[in-house]
Amino acid sequence: MALLEIRNLSKVYQRDSQMIAVFEGIDLDIEAGEFLVLMGPSGSGKTTLLNLVAGLDKPTSGTISVGGAQVTEMSARQLAAWRSRHVGFIFQLYNLLPVLTAYQNVELPLLLTHLSRSERREHVMTVLEVVGLSDRADHYPRQLSGGEEQRVAIARAIVSDPTVILADEPTGDLDAKSADEVLTLMQRLNGEFNKTILLVTHDQRAAERGHAIMHLDKGVLTG
Amino acid sequence: MKYARLVWVNMMRNKRRTVLTTLSVAAALFLFVSLRSVNTTLADARQVGSESRMVTRHAISIVFFLPESYYGWLVTVPGVKSVSWAEWFNGIYRDPRDFFPSFAVEAESYLAMYPEMVIPEDQRRAFLGERTAALVGSGLMERFGWTLGQTIQLRSPIWAPDQDWPFTIRAVYTPTNPSFGDALFFFHYEYLYENAGRRAQPGWYVLEIEDPALAASVAETIDEHYRNSRAATKTETERAFQTGFVTMYGNVGFLMNAIGLAVFFAILLVAANAMMMAARERTSEVAVLKTLGYSDRLLFGLVLAEAATITLIGGLLGVFGAKLAFEGSGFQGLGFLPGFQVKWATAMAGMAIALSLGLASGIVPAWWAARLPVAETLRRVG
Repeated sequence: MALLEIRNLSKVYQRDSQMIAVFEGIDLDIEAGEFLVLMGPSGSGKTTLLNLVAGLDKPTSGTISVGGAQVTEMSARQLAAWRSRHVGFIFQLYNLLPVLTAYQNVELPLLLTHLSRSERREHVMTVLEVVGLSDRADHYPRQLSGGEEQRVAIARAIVSDPTVILADEPTGDLDAKSADEVLTLMQRLNGEFNKTILLVTHDQRAAERGHAIMHLDKGVLTG
Repeated sequence: MKYARLVWVNMMRNKRRTVLTTLSVAAALFLFVSLRSVNTTLADARQVGSESRMVTRHAISIVFFLPESYYGWLVTVPGVKSVSWAEWFNGIYRDPRDFFPSFAVEAESYLAMYPEMVIPEDQRRAFLGERTAALVGSGLMERFGWTLGQTIQLRSPIWAPDQDWPFTIRAVYTPTNPSFGDALFFFHYEYLYENAGRRAQPGWYVLEIEDPALAASVAETIDEHYRNSRAATKTETERAFQTGFVTMYGNVGFLMNAIGLAVFFAILLVAANAMMMAARERTSEVAVLKTLGYSDRLLFGLVLAEAATITLIGGLLGVFGAKLAFEGSGFQGLGFLPGFQVKWATAMAGMAIALSLGLASGIVPAWWAARLPVAETLRRVG
């Protein structure tokens, strides 16, 4: 049984009286420890699919199961709790809170747990070490480069040791060197720490870092 | 407590707005507490009057005199134990802004009737034995830095307005009840009578009765007796008299409450607007927190806590600022609000209002944050 199972998934938006189908009847399996890249042109529904997997949006029909948990059947409250434990989300624009330091940003998901302050500190410093930013813990996002901000965002995504990491164009706003560092870090998370990753991108160089590439275009998912 | 930092940094995100909102709440609560304290002080003043003392005044208004000859009959009324009288002097020390209540009284009988004024025996004797002597409240002594034995000059716009009235302070009283006031000034009626060209008359008589239960019959007897005279009387218990005196200001309670309510709603709108702006500026961050697993309920609570913190800090500044300011300055409303103080009950009511302001101003932005659709927001902000 795959870690992530998507069955007959459809998403239809209603705009005024018009129904717009993003995709219909998609099936997808991702095994534990897999690094899958999802490519496709803008507006093809890649981010929508990612949001559905994270439980941030509701599908029109179909089911999504992550590690046996039926994401599509959970209430908003259950989804929030589930997301805090099982999903690490990486955004294109990092989305760090500007008023918090790198340390405090990474600590955010741990505030939802029962860990003590010292335990949280241990976890945060460990992941900052993993992303190579332990010396920048007290820096605010404005004091970091784009690449460093994204590495802090990656640290925030992995600090609660999630079941799956969902990355939405994580290199889309970075220069080539920073993008390369971020992709190398993600490869390391997958290879060294066995993290399951679903990466959405339309950058071919980024796509080459994954185990497999799938294309989503005009509502059709192809391998 | 682990979310306290998150609440705090969000509050401090726009320091100027937070400080201005906090100060608005502080100013509003300062005003509320002040107005409320005027009400409670006036309410206390109504309670100062004794049920065993009655006041006989002119039936039309207290500004009209009663003849001195009434004394001789009043002491014979069944149920009346003793009688004294007083007259309003309206003394001014140096400047009209230095106003304080001053009364000419028939000293011996008056002091015997008012055990609320605690006076050292030697000072009492000194006061009673000297025609130009004055009996002064301890608060008034402190306010002007007067000393026992000092001679001061007062003026009165009512009595011989062109001349100075010298008084020698021979006694200082301390009130047993703060609402009685420690800023009153008493002197001998005889002194007023002689210096005012012998045209002074009692403004009102104070009657001590043997039993409070006799109050109604005593009042009826006196008022009936003078019904058709040149100066008809109105007799009532001192407590009722005090209430009437207080209502001479108008419906102060209603006015104070109306102003307080208007201020509350104005500040509610200010605080709600500030909170809504603060929340809307963080649209993408709210969506990110939801993505991290922060529940709608938790985000609702965090926004509400932020609003409540701002208004509670404002409340603390306003409420306790008022308490310290009024108690530190010994404010007594130019003597019209003796015993003025911000009571703890008023302070607590102020803090409760600050908290309700926070909850009321935060509920809309909190609800908005809780209901924010994540996917749509993330799509919109990129």
